[in-house]
Amino acid sequence: MTGTDTTRDTTRDIPAAAALALGDDALILSHRLGEWAGHAPVLEEEVALANIALDLLGQARVLLSLTGDEDELAFLREERSFRNLQLVEQPNGDFAHTIARQLFFSLYQHELYGELALGDGPFAPLAAKAVKETAYHRDHAEQWTLRLGDGTPESRARMRAALDALWRYTGEMFQPVEGLGDLDWAALEARWLAAVTALLERAGLALPEGPRTGAWAAGAGRQGLHTEPFGRLLAEMQHLHRSHPGASW
Amino acid sequence: MTGAGTAATTRLEAELAELAGSVPDPELPVLTLTELGVMRGVRMCEDGHVEVTLTPTYTGCPAIEAMSADIERVLNDHGIPEVRVITVLAPAWSTDDISAEGRRKLAEFGIAPPRPHAAGGAVPLTLSVRCPNCGSTDTELLSRFSSTACKALRRCVTCREPFDHFKEL
Repeated sequence: MTGTDTTRDTTRDIPAAAALALGDDALILSHRLGEWAGHAPVLEEEVALANIALDLLGQARVLLSLTGDEDELAFLREERSFRNLQLVEQPNGDFAHTIARQLFFSLYQHELYGELALGDGPFAPLAAKAVKETAYHRDHAEQWTLRLGDGTPESRARMRAALDALWRYTGEMFQPVEGLGDLDWAALEARWLAAVTALLERAGLALPEGPRTGAWAAGAGRQGLHTEPFGRLLAEMQHLHRSHPGASW
Repeated sequence: MTGAGTAATTRLEAELAELAGSVPDPELPVLTLTELGVMRGVRMCEDGHVEVTLTPTYTGCPAIEAMSADIERVLNDHGIPEVRVITVLAPAWSTDDISAEGRRKLAEFGIAPPRPHAAGGAVPLTLSVRCPNCGSTDTELLSRFSSTACKALRRCVTCREPFDHFKEL
């Protein structure tokens, strides 16, 4: 990820906690989507997932660079220092799990960036740019949710199982992130929930039941507490850089 | 925003902007950077550097590094030893920034140009996109994502040829 980029849209003080939270979400989901390379069900989908991963990686680079050296932050931090949502670190599972994760996250990111783009805070330039990209991610996830939900009994059962499995990670998204100004998180959550509800209805799928947070307190990922699969993701993502410091292509 | 616009552009700066803007896009070499609409300005700095400001099409567009290197080389070749290329995100690039000449060249190259759009959000994908091969408007979407982040993959129902569409952003 070594770049010549010196993005200078703002000289204002950057709230580091917020840059890490949003940047880590994008970085970790990008890595997860990259794991589909060579495994996607069809070629077009392989390309689509890689493109979405690339958009997210671009966002991560800008966000992490706002608060430090992007490579050091990505490759040399320990698990407890990452501030991403637990949702984005969940394994790809079957294709339905990946789509459910995309649906929950891209709806969230699209609403959040939409809000940030309206303000004049330090994240407004990136948000105004990225909200247009996330509109396509959201559309991609919505179209697949409709297709799987309204498809065969098998696709429907898998989509249902995936939504149920990831539901418990969706509460965390709306824990206020320090440094993002006076966002109305409750209103953001209400809009997200309304969008999910309407879409699942169109797809012929019931809204998952059960709590939207796990046994741990909501906001755990934002505090550096992660789930078991995250350690293995980091090991794979970081081992090359750690084994060969300073290596370049 | 750093770049032209903070002060009146001098004749030299205008000439350098023309040179830098004539660099072909690394992934769509039929277009120049000016036609693509990613050039934001050229400025002579007090320390002797020439500062070129670019904006990426997509946040993660990997071509930006090749563009920077190409601009640096072209300006070096024209006697400017110190070149600094910086990127800005705001105001965000839009496919509406592609010039009319750029759109014509895209179509000629076999890529359906983006449709103009009103501000905000993705354009509904139901609007017709014209096949760059046979001109038919009867085309269908195969995938929202294609060979690069900025394109979608479509197929013409009339002539059956698949083609890239520079999707609206």
